[in-house]
Amino acid sequence: MEVFLQQLINGLTLGSIYGLIAIGYTMVFGIIGMVNFAHGDVFMVSSFIALIVFLILTAWLGISSIALALLIVLVVAMILTGLWGWAIERVAYRPLRGSFRLAPLISAIGVSIFLSNFVQVAQGARNKSTPPLLSGGITLMESESYTVFLSYKQCLIMAVTAVLLTGFWYLVQRTPFGRAQRACEQDRKMAALLGIDVDRTISLTFVLGAALAAVAGVLYLLYYGTVSFSDGFVPGVKAFTAAVLGGIGSLPGAVLGGLIIGLIEVFWSAYFSIEYKDVAAFSILAIVLIFMPSGILGRAEVEKV
Amino acid sequence: MAHARSPGLPDILRDAGLYALVAFALCVPVVSYRTEAGPAGLELLPRWPLVGLLCAGIFVLRLAQRLVLARRDARRALSPAPSQATEAVHAEPAAGQKVSGFALWAFLGLALTLPVIATLASGGLGPARYWIDLGILILTYVMLGWGLNIVVGLAGLLDLGYVAFYAVGAYTYALLSTTFGLSFWVCLPLAGLFAGLWGMVLGFPVLRLRGDYLAIVTLAFGEIIRLVLINWTDVTGGAAGISSIPRASFFGIPFTADEDGFAARFGLSFDSMHRVVFLYYLILALALLTNLVTLRLRRLPIGRAWEALREDEIACRSLGIDTTATKLTAFALGAAFGGFAGSFFAVRQGFISPESFNFLESAIILAIVVLGGMGSQIGVAIAAVAMVGGPELLRNLGFLSAVFGEGFDPNEYRLLLFGLAMVTMMVWRPRGLISERQPSVSLGRARGISGAHVSEGHG
Repeated sequence: MEVFLQQLINGLTLGSIYGLIAIGYTMVFGIIGMVNFAHGDVFMVSSFIALIVFLILTAWLGISSIALALLIVLVVAMILTGLWGWAIERVAYRPLRGSFRLAPLISAIGVSIFLSNFVQVAQGARNKSTPPLLSGGITLMESESYTVFLSYKQCLIMAVTAVLLTGFWYLVQRTPFGRAQRACEQDRKMAALLGIDVDRTISLTFVLGAALAAVAGVLYLLYYGTVSFSDGFVPGVKAFTAAVLGGIGSLPGAVLGGLIIGLIEVFWSAYFSIEYKDVAAFSILAIVLIFMPSGILGRAEVEKV
Repeated sequence: MAHARSPGLPDILRDAGLYALVAFALCVPVVSYRTEAGPAGLELLPRWPLVGLLCAGIFVLRLAQRLVLARRDARRALSPAPSQATEAVHAEPAAGQKVSGFALWAFLGLALTLPVIATLASGGLGPARYWIDLGILILTYVMLGWGLNIVVGLAGLLDLGYVAFYAVGAYTYALLSTTFGLSFWVCLPLAGLFAGLWGMVLGFPVLRLRGDYLAIVTLAFGEIIRLVLINWTDVTGGAAGISSIPRASFFGIPFTADEDGFAARFGLSFDSMHRVVFLYYLILALALLTNLVTLRLRRLPIGRAWEALREDEIACRSLGIDTTATKLTAFALGAAFGGFAGSFFAVRQGFISPESFNFLESAIILAIVVLGGMGSQIGVAIAAVAMVGGPELLRNLGFLSAVFGEGFDPNEYRLLLFGLAMVTMMVWRPRGLISERQPSVSLGRARGISGAHVSEGHG
């Protein structure tokens, strides 16, 4: 029971991070119908931005309050990663609208390779570690053999995710931008006829997706304390799995999928074998795509000619 | 094209400046400070001159691009040709879309005589080893590119897990030869057969998915196979891989120095290079076999069905083509050639480990196919030479390390350039460098069609 509870906490924490990344996939897929393969690497870049900004703040500017430093890191990482998202869309995806159907995906794979190797060349191939930032936590349950421990890090990760998702949900459901975004998702041509700037909406969607990936990147760095240039690929694929599992195009689905994937991964590692945890994630991806391509909350896709 | 006011120089300068500014903002943390492990945790090394250089580079590139574009637009505005009605005619520049027959034969001749040329040029078989090894490496990628071309270029199925079949081929040979002592010549067809079977097994459930889902599922399968190879230690040796795989023999005659060896049998003095030259011709033969099979199959109904499938799946289905069977044959055939290449890889290296079969390898092969022009055989070969041989050659140019400082290794930038090239290619010429389409049936004289005229269906 204690082990189960502890794994539940760990799984929800990991799932929050996957959910944040998955939103970027699901929104982009919803609006232009492409798999933004480079999204995982955008997440990795944001982790590096967070690491460097954090070092600048603590080592050079001498900010000692961890909370203040984290807040600044979060904001700066969101802005700069959003800019990355904007630039990538502008350079690599926008010219391809109306090109043949595999072109955007191939271009996205190119961006993905470029980003991970760009960071490798710029920052070196070694893992970069930070000292543990937030230590301590709350002991929830104590028996003679096992202690269920909820660390402050995990609290922070779940809280930040919950707050941001609420804000994001409000943005998409209640603001003019959200309305434009949903309209473009339904019918881009019609939205354009009604005076919505489709290009701008798509750009903003990329910026928002990248900013949420940046939040995930900061939290990832905080949770694991280490990042390397190749860290974008596997979390990226898992987050995509989450997006597909939840029903691609659906925002609550992305978060739900993220939580499920996080829980499956953690429980699989705890009860079966840690070596095969990525195999489990990739198998779910394949199984869901083959047998349940519209996911849990998604709509079935109708092919129009 | 002549509708908009042609942009003046100030506009272009402002635009280029904006690009440089964005590049600057993107570079700010990631490039300007390099993190290095120091005695007290990570330390930051500022590198602002590098950022300046990068931004200046982007500024100049964008300026040049805009100036060239402006010039082209101006020229087009001056001479309103009838072709303006059909924009597609100018959508892609015509140059380089067709490779003449002479160039093809020259290319083949060079490939056939490379060991001789290298030996003559560097004075002896030993010093020529570098060039022949490079030739083997390039030809391996040419073969993989041609194999994947069947799947991606002809049938239009984006396969991101191609390297899995390469791995199946390599492990088939390695395991069969180390545990059962089977020779390479027995294992080579078996490896292709196994890889083809795997292609069928993996392909069957996924082939009814739409294009990008198919790509992701094949990626997942590729990764699963790699992870199983790493973790199934009892059989595959785990991350350590399999070593001391038996070498290839000359159809049963080993390349050894003793009486029964290749050199003694043919009355030559022993040289370890004989094996390398033999491997070179082996991979050349395998690659040419792939090419021949592809070229012949394209003229058969199955090949035409592949290309029809690539152009429009729905139309195909309504014409009564069994899309699943058609896709499956392309998938299995591509996989089988991947398996051949894999067993060649194992026999050449003598050592394999799962590290050689990661996603990046798939991406490199895909990049070669995409850059070469999907469906064009010679384009894939040229792309493989440029992408695999290019960085190798750059490494040997002395002046580069004088310009970029000591320890400059172009191989570090190889993948960076691959990624950039893939994006550039999709934006600039999505049909690849050699984008000519040769119709397989025509009335009267067969004429090539520029890739720009062939739009692709959505299915």
